[in-house]
Amino acid sequence: MAKKLGTQTVVLDTQPVIIGSAAIVGKKEGEGPLARYFDDIIEDEYAGEKTFEAAESRFMLNAYNKALEKSGKSASDIDFILSGDLLNQCTAASYAFRDVSIPYFGLFGACSTMSESLVLASMLIDSGAASNVVCAVSSHFCSAERQFRFPLEYGSQRTPTSQWTVTGAGAVILSKEGQGPRITCVTPGKIVDEGIKDSNNMGAAMAPAAADTIMAHLKDTGRTVDEYDMILTGDLGSFGSQMLVELLKRNGIDTKDKHHDCGTMIFDLNRQDVVCGGSGCACSATVLSSYIMERFRNNQLKRILFVATGALLSPTRIKQGETIPSIAHGVCIEA
Amino acid sequence: MNEILKAFVLGGVICVIGQLLIDLTKLTPARIMVIYVVTGVVLGYFGLYQPLVEWGGAGASVPLTGFGNLLAKGVIKEVDNSGLLGAFTGGVKASAAGITAAVVFGYIMSIISKPKIKN
Amino acid sequence: MSKTLSKFEYQELVEKKAPGSRTVRNVLAAFVTGGAICSVGQIIMMIAENYGADKETAAAITSISMIFLGAFLTAVNIYDNISKFGRAGALVPITGFSNSIVSPAMEYKKEGYIMGVGAQMFLIAGPVLVYGIFASVIAGLVYFIWKQVI
Repeated sequence: MAKKLGTQTVVLDTQPVIIGSAAIVGKKEGEGPLARYFDDIIEDEYAGEKTFEAAESRFMLNAYNKALEKSGKSASDIDFILSGDLLNQCTAASYAFRDVSIPYFGLFGACSTMSESLVLASMLIDSGAASNVVCAVSSHFCSAERQFRFPLEYGSQRTPTSQWTVTGAGAVILSKEGQGPRITCVTPGKIVDEGIKDSNNMGAAMAPAAADTIMAHLKDTGRTVDEYDMILTGDLGSFGSQMLVELLKRNGIDTKDKHHDCGTMIFDLNRQDVVCGGSGCACSATVLSSYIMERFRNNQLKRILFVATGALLSPTRIKQGETIPSIAHGVCIEA
Repeated sequence: MNEILKAFVLGGVICVIGQLLIDLTKLTPARIMVIYVVTGVVLGYFGLYQPLVEWGGAGASVPLTGFGNLLAKGVIKEVDNSGLLGAFTGGVKASAAGITAAVVFGYIMSIISKPKIKN
Repeated sequence: MSKTLSKFEYQELVEKKAPGSRTVRNVLAAFVTGGAICSVGQIIMMIAENYGADKETAAAITSISMIFLGAFLTAVNIYDNISKFGRAGALVPITGFSNSIVSPAMEYKKEGYIMGVGAQMFLIAGPVLVYGIFASVIAGLVYFIWKQVI
């Protein structure tokens, strides 16, 4: 049974195992530094569908199928699907899994959904309620642009702190037993809002949430940064990462070279014109389920803290003059 | 040739002002477009924009301030011709070509083309 | 979260550390792009006048042509690249106004020709028409009253 440790960390007795994972990405991501780790690169932004929303569901379903295949499980072994994306009503997830016929939970944690789903899935498994759970999330540059920003062909101006929504989907199969990296404890995050209003500066809005969760995790577990090979945030981007390191330093935590951010790993910031880096649910999900899993397999990683970050902003509330609430959930993954 | 050069310089300068507003203030492009058209109406009303059109031709009429100027000129002309009613008809009448073209071409283009991602 | 920084201090810190715009580059690009677009307009106007059009007709022909050009370049997926390079130089001319109408029309075609194209076409350009037309009516009323007084 799971045990609460400190104020917000949960230690998992059964230590659920990541028995399979897959990442499917779009063309731009497939031209980035991590290209060779992805399971598939779909060059067509419509993915053979008529709309970007349908395309995003296609990415999600492909990632799910691939992860399932790699885990050696079949759909009938799966107890629950925990899935989400950036769109209203979790559009991509709901439409991706409507024909799969497995009990389903739609999650919204903005770009933090990958760690949110891992937190909940591992607690479900630890409680005995499930043996195998699918965690799958997606985002799509084009569907996100039309919902959150402007039509694709509009000559909008990118500001110096903006980020580029990753097109793709990542899926992880979590099981109570098997071979692979294990989730040993999780630190669900609190909503943190430090008053940032600029929806083109989500890195700065999310950095305090990431700092809050990382500090809570270290305090609850009594560990130091040195006991981790990597503190991996989701999509703070280059500027948000700078703010995170600064915030931690001011609280007496030196991240040294341990902090990495999926948003700055998935793209080449100098070459790919993404300003501060990648963002979106798929940003942390695709990096985790491809490159990071590969490094675990090669014994290059022993213990990481995966902290996917999410800006829980509502375009409506931003127009009403509100600020950006943010969240980050911590997942400790060990070899 | 001289006239093209003048249009280039004046049009360029009007766009530079917009760029400075974007970079140095917190104004969004949507607000800047509104500011431009309203500024055009105000300058046009007081007859301050027409000299720019005389000097720079398309350099003054192609930017959105020129659209505002057109609205102001149109409304003044119609008030002169038909009194109070002109306040309601003049602006749109003068800018009818532009507005109609935008609707028609917008519709046609939406039929024949679809948006694509840029890398 | 951290006890060492207040909300206000954090916002100040973000403001201070945030990377700035490349203003010099943007201003140069805006000048060149805006200038070039207006020059095209000037050439069209001169051709129209050459064919005997009066000033007003030539101006209307220029408007329609420039709006067509903006619409066409949007439809062939080029105008947003011009904007990316030219910044305000592509936003402020009437071609940018055209781009702001054509791009939502294309984008929302998937939601149908009535509620998609028809309803969303003025998503971005709407405010320009609302405030432009409203301002012109105020100008007309002021002018009308002023004429009565004189």
